[in-house]
Amino acid sequence: MSPFLFFLLAVPLVVFSLGVVLARSPVRSALSLVVALFLLAVMFFLLDARMIAALQVIVYAGAIMVLFLFVIMLLNLQQEPVETARPGQRTIAGVFSLVFLFFMGAIALRGLPVMPGPGVETAVTPSFGSVEALAERLFTRHALAFEVTSVLLLVAIVGAVVLARKIQR
Amino acid sequence: MTTVPASWYAFLGVLLFTIGALGVLVRRNLIIMFMAIELMLNAVNLVFVAFARQQQTMDGQVMVFFVMTVAAAEAAVGLAIILAVFRNRETVNADEVNLLRW
Repeated sequence: MSPFLFFLLAVPLVVFSLGVVLARSPVRSALSLVVALFLLAVMFFLLDARMIAALQVIVYAGAIMVLFLFVIMLLNLQQEPVETARPGQRTIAGVFSLVFLFFMGAIALRGLPVMPGPGVETAVTPSFGSVEALAERLFTRHALAFEVTSVLLLVAIVGAVVLARKIQR
Repeated sequence: MTTVPASWYAFLGVLLFTIGALGVLVRRNLIIMFMAIELMLNAVNLVFVAFARQQQTMDGQVMVFFVMTVAAAEAAVGLAIILAVFRNRETVNADEVNLLRW
């Protein structure tokens, strides 16, 4: 990916991520998140993760965000009351975020260039990131985790139904 | 043609994660806090994909697959909890949900 393309995606990505956090109404927040997730999907695609990019659009921007919007509409939260912050909460949060950003950013920019590996710029085999390549790993090396995932999803379904059900008293 | 090094992706991931963490710390609306958590998960996904590309291994992408599955499960259960909280307390403000606070 050329630097131009990177910034073409990265700058809107950061802007819309800030939109998620700063938007007054939850609906705007959710729609910003949808745009950010789409931009991430494009980035995944350009990083040769084609299957993951498709999953990102279908699962995240599709299913999960529809679920979010559905709950927002269901609770009718368009008009949000003014959020009350505790004294000093925003300052402390800002300071912690800046410290985190400073140290993790320093690690990302300074520590990683020495990491061994072929690098982002080297060419990959045509099958890299394809459905076959992902499935091959998924059903061999990570087969146990894949099976456990099915149990996790079953538990999540049962849990969601039990929690969202109206309690009969 | 010049290309972007993996560390730029890592920094972008850190930036997105920080924005998400800031959202969880500053906002009090449960749903927006929840969306900020999704943002943090996606920042990690970006780093996973970039490193998978750098190391030329599919394992990073498999991890992203699992993160997505966990995120879907988490979204379903979390939103069900928010619905239950709203039904009982008529609010989605995190500061007003303080029954378990001592």
